[in-house]
Amino acid sequence: MKSLRRYIDKIKPHFEKGGKFAKLESTFEAFESFLFVSNKVTTKGTHIRDANDMKRTMIVVVIALIPTVLFGMWNAGFQHYLATGQEGTMLELFWMGFLKIFPIIVVSYVVGLGIEFAFAQYRGHEVNEGFLVSGMLIPLVLPVDVPLWMVAVATAFAVVIGKEVFGGTGMNILNPALTARAFLFFAYPSYMSGNSVWTHGMMSGEGIIDSFTGATPLAEAAAGNISNLPSVAEMFIGTIPGSIGETSTLAILIGAAILLITGIGSARIMISTVVGGLVMGLILNIFAINPFMEVPAWEHLMLGGFAFGAVFMATDPVSASQTPKGKIIYGFLIGFMAILIRVINPAYPEGVMLAILLMNVFAPLIDHYVIEGNIKKRLKRAKVNA
Amino acid sequence: MSKVIKIKKGLNISMLGTAEKIIKKADQAEFYAVKPADFQGIRPKMVVKVGDRVKAGTPLFYDKFQPEVQFTSPVSGEVTDINRGERRAILEVVVKADANIEYEKFDIGDLNSLTKEQIVETLQKSGLWPTIRQRPYSTIANPNDDPKAIFISAFDSAPLAPDMDYIVKDCESCFQKGIDVLSKLTKGKIHLNINADYPAAETFTNAKGVEINKFTGPHPAGNVGVQINKIDPINKGDIIWYTYPQEIITIGRLFEKGIYDATKIISLSGSEILNPKYFKIINGASIKNIVANNVDDGELRYIGGNVLTGTKIAKDGFVGYYDNQVTVIPEGNYHEFFGWATPGFKKHSASRAVFSWLIPGRKYKLDTNFHGGNRAYVLTGEYEKVFPMDIYPVQLIKSILVEDIDKMEQLGIYEVDEEDFALCEYVCTSKTEVQSIIRTGLDLMRKEMS
Repeated sequence: MKSLRRYIDKIKPHFEKGGKFAKLESTFEAFESFLFVSNKVTTKGTHIRDANDMKRTMIVVVIALIPTVLFGMWNAGFQHYLATGQEGTMLELFWMGFLKIFPIIVVSYVVGLGIEFAFAQYRGHEVNEGFLVSGMLIPLVLPVDVPLWMVAVATAFAVVIGKEVFGGTGMNILNPALTARAFLFFAYPSYMSGNSVWTHGMMSGEGIIDSFTGATPLAEAAAGNISNLPSVAEMFIGTIPGSIGETSTLAILIGAAILLITGIGSARIMISTVVGGLVMGLILNIFAINPFMEVPAWEHLMLGGFAFGAVFMATDPVSASQTPKGKIIYGFLIGFMAILIRVINPAYPEGVMLAILLMNVFAPLIDHYVIEGNIKKRLKRAKVNA
Repeated sequence: MSKVIKIKKGLNISMLGTAEKIIKKADQAEFYAVKPADFQGIRPKMVVKVGDRVKAGTPLFYDKFQPEVQFTSPVSGEVTDINRGERRAILEVVVKADANIEYEKFDIGDLNSLTKEQIVETLQKSGLWPTIRQRPYSTIANPNDDPKAIFISAFDSAPLAPDMDYIVKDCESCFQKGIDVLSKLTKGKIHLNINADYPAAETFTNAKGVEINKFTGPHPAGNVGVQINKIDPINKGDIIWYTYPQEIITIGRLFEKGIYDATKIISLSGSEILNPKYFKIINGASIKNIVANNVDDGELRYIGGNVLTGTKIAKDGFVGYYDNQVTVIPEGNYHEFFGWATPGFKKHSASRAVFSWLIPGRKYKLDTNFHGGNRAYVLTGEYEKVFPMDIYPVQLIKSILVEDIDKMEQLGIYEVDEEDFALCEYVCTSKTEVQSIIRTGLDLMRKEMS
């Protein structure tokens, strides 16, 4: 490592002001700080600093996402083989999914990081680590057959309009990955919804066996075909059609455990989202006008993108409420609204994305009222003692 | 009467190098200094010049904004240096000490018959008025104010902090005298806040004229701001004065013997000290003698005070007016290969993303490395875990950054000091310079309100 460090120190002046490659300073710093933690020491304020930093925080989230990525790859293969009536080994199924999904991940990271590097250089800042997570989240909320050029355009839209125009990491109002998803949903709806997009090869229609509908369990429930719903085990493990990362509640729970044990993910938001969803589910169960409303509240947690949204999307700290009390209200309303939109809205069975984006917009308002409560308490205390 | 107030939020940072409970009388240092930067918000005006002879208690400079407040020499000798920094700001006034200290004599009379004005005058002339500070703003108290109470934090919960009960063990009469002086300065209560987790020194428990409150919990339970918030919070317009045990003992000695006797006990601690223990010194002493032959090799950070709020000093630098300890830790100016990805069993963190929490009860050797780059705020909820007051810390910081005076006031700027945010600065994953933001906010507020 010493020789690597020496090499970096030798070429570093070229990337600083006045050097040949001064225009690549932010890029150089990004790679240098990836390999070596900076030797900067404290000057004012505390003399010691916590060992945790943004890079470590983001990597923990990426690690928490790996179970869903791996399962998603296997499941993509599984659904395709099911749809074409073929048999295959576990490795063959995984490899098929890998070949389809890995390029999507690459495109997401290359486009996103490329734009982030450019913005950082233009502003004269260090490259922020926020996209390390968003870059992995974007593929996981897309259908497996999404064209790569769409991934690129959506990522560019999310990074530029969803994040950079507000000031970059830490300044965005909306969840960047969901911004990408929403962009594709509204711009190219036929590629993002319906029954044929969730399984590889269904849109081209080759070799699909007749009995395979490709409908997600959520779509079946929305159409009232409760009898077609898969078993609870299948919904929990995730051997069902859906977006790449959303199907396996089990893999998502492993990710949730990683986030909670390390303390990176907000337990408040995760739990209150689940509670909100259950409450709305129960309300609908009570009214039960149509079969969709009769779906038991707890089954909603395994359907569609609810689990994924509750664990990985709602918990994005920048776009969520920032006060502890606010987080509870925010999470509850996400779960509540997601199930409401899902069941009552006839146009589209999935409500999680829209509910989270809606609450992203309301998060500052929730915080505002929580803070107002604190301010009023302080004023009242002053009056009482005056 | 003495209920126990539980502080639930906070963080104890367990560091290597606790001072052994031995008090050594340090050899008299050659040089002593008084540093204007120790005192918030003063504009020093020199009284002496280089070459002048002074006694212990002779004024060296005064505050332009409160000219009666004198800052006096802790020893007798010759003024050898007036070190200045940027824009000719006075950094240190250095005195070379005599072998035997000569003291200025102050007229003290009988304490019971003295008026508040006479006591204030004696404290101002002797250089002991700065021991009494006020909240809000943590500036030196204004004698024209009428504080609603006086708070004394009798224990220090900061990392490697000295044991105040050990330090004040044999000073009961001086401490009580100091309390008697203070009780003449306010019509309100004098709160003496002790640690409930172990038996306090009799110096504290036998004190008369005070209301004793017990606190338990992690750092910052020992911060006077936290204690004030739990017992008698500051509203707009309120003023509370505060001071600390060793300063009270020095006041007691003044009104007992009529001289400015600046001896105090400090702890010398930190992972780089070979024999960490307590030293009896005179305030403002150079640390050169006590650290010589007592430190490990390598580049070191010498800190007057604790690792969270202390001041960086040179290895022959001077103990600050308010310092009760000197901490020495290694500098962290090295590159660590993939440092952000290592499990981190030897690193300390408030977060469980660093795996040192799996090995409980360990003491850490901490250095001054930043461990990451400066970022915008991303993670939320970190500060709230280590900030025990009913104030929203991040929102207050943001209101200071945008200089929204009304919001700052509404969110509780009057109740805080930088030291209350020191743990927030420590745990911040975005590596924000929190304490300097708070100080900017307090200065802004003070200017607005004056």
